[in-house]
Amino acid sequence: MIKIEDKPLNVQEALDYVTVSKAGAVNSFIGTVRDHNKGKRVVRLEYEAYEKMAISEIEKIVSRAREQWPVEKVAVVHRTGILGPKDIAVIIAVSTPHRKASFEACEFIIDTLKETAPIWKKEIYEDGEEWISAHP
Amino acid sequence: MKLKILLFGIARDIVGGAKYDLEMPVGASVADLKVTLENRFPSFRELTSLMVAVNSEYGDGLQELKENDEIAIIPPVSGG
Repeated sequence: MIKIEDKPLNVQEALDYVTVSKAGAVNSFIGTVRDHNKGKRVVRLEYEAYEKMAISEIEKIVSRAREQWPVEKVAVVHRTGILGPKDIAVIIAVSTPHRKASFEACEFIIDTLKETAPIWKKEIYEDGEEWISAHP
Repeated sequence: MKLKILLFGIARDIVGGAKYDLEMPVGASVADLKVTLENRFPSFRELTSLMVAVNSEYGDGLQELKENDEIAIIPPVSGG
């Protein structure tokens, strides 16, 4: 399950999707909005995605994970739009037969998503705003 | 040939819109497009990186562009 959604994300739905009887391990990562960054108070975040390409890049990441670990099911859900502190920005859920592979595959998927998926985050502060990672 | 370009994130702010039409010579490559955009909008040179997606795939510099390609400017990503 790979989705880009502009409404609040449902953790239980992702966990239910990956929970299958063949798998003895379900691992999840939930990325949430922090209320500060580099000493500045973050009022809100705005995420945008090149949706079609984000889905296809995430599909590639999931395929690469499947080549390395015995993955049963994967859910990757990313939020777009305006988010406030504590809101969920991304959910990764992975099921595997045993726990070690589930940790490793989950970490690989979130790390690679951050590098390649065409998704952008703007932080809005009390006194300005910034597209994250845009400038050196 | 007329290229229709999609812009996201800071690239949209730099150009001032989500879409941009650009006239380029037939046979122009991804690298040619980047140079043209950087000359027209020097702020692109200040970014950490600048990628071009062609039909939803990251394009390499030598890749030739065609009029009906879906072209997108991909500034540094920051999902997750």
